[in-house]
Amino acid sequence: MMGERMDSFIHYASLFLFAAGSFFVITGALGLLRFPDFYTRMHASGVTDTLGADLILWGMILQADGDWLLIAKLLIIMLFLMFTSPVSTHSIAHAAWVGGLNPLLGKDLKHSDIAPDRDETKSAPEAQSADGQHEGGTE
Amino acid sequence: MVKFLISIAGRFIVLSLALMVIWLLLSGYFDKTTLLVFGVFSALLCAWLTLHMGILDDDSVPLSVMPGIFFYWLWLFIEIGKSNFIVAMQVWSPKMSLSPQMIRVKAHQISDSGKATYANSITLTPGTVSVDLLGEDILIHALTEDLADVSAIEDMGRKVCRVESTMHPNLKTKAKEGGGA
Repeated sequence: MMGERMDSFIHYASLFLFAAGSFFVITGALGLLRFPDFYTRMHASGVTDTLGADLILWGMILQADGDWLLIAKLLIIMLFLMFTSPVSTHSIAHAAWVGGLNPLLGKDLKHSDIAPDRDETKSAPEAQSADGQHEGGTE
Repeated sequence: MVKFLISIAGRFIVLSLALMVIWLLLSGYFDKTTLLVFGVFSALLCAWLTLHMGILDDDSVPLSVMPGIFFYWLWLFIEIGKSNFIVAMQVWSPKMSLSPQMIRVKAHQISDSGKATYANSITLTPGTVSVDLLGEDILIHALTEDLADVSAIEDMGRKVCRVESTMHPNLKTKAKEGGGA
């Protein structure tokens, strides 16, 4: 009796997780289309990478029906995603930055000119800081 | 010299055991002797290759287990969830109010893995992507002004420093002097 009710609860919980995960994957795809420039689009894909993938994986774990080998494998996938997705995002962003692609900045999305030139990637570009707090640090 | 050998042997054993556990988990063969022997052999071979390539060091195989990192991951999961909602709201709002920012934060972590953990945490949190690492500064692209919250990001950095100090007790983390308040 109790087991049956528990089973259907787990079933519906996993359905909910699948639906929520799909929603965030779609959100990421929509953001990828709607956002104005390369750097902002990257943020949208981050939604798909993190919350979308995680929610779907949690839904799968609930569907695994207590098969702990399967659960371990799904958790390992989650761990790998957690390590690989930021690395790939960073490498794309870094390639764009070093390649001299300027981001749109500010509320009015103005074209900036702060990305380093192709030839002098070693020189540090001047980035604006949101507040001066950490500027006068104790370094 | 002896100390060095002991430390290498310890790492070798730790890596072999970890590989065997992963082999068991992924294969699921618990009662097939031949396959188990081959699994042990392949784990030892991989550990030997790691030793032979000279990448068996503190960054690839940290000896001290850091329980702190699991609490950190839990905290990070919650942070990721929160900022996901902010980005998702921007995506679905009919009139997007983006104001991208480039900001810099200091990375006070000593070890490479500590810095990588910090930069990856920043990238994992939607709305902030670490674009470049210049010496001790991390250059971040943030989606909106709210997300470009330097104090919140530096708070994350202090948490990473704390985890790092439990991982590498011999390294004095500069968090106390540099991280401020």
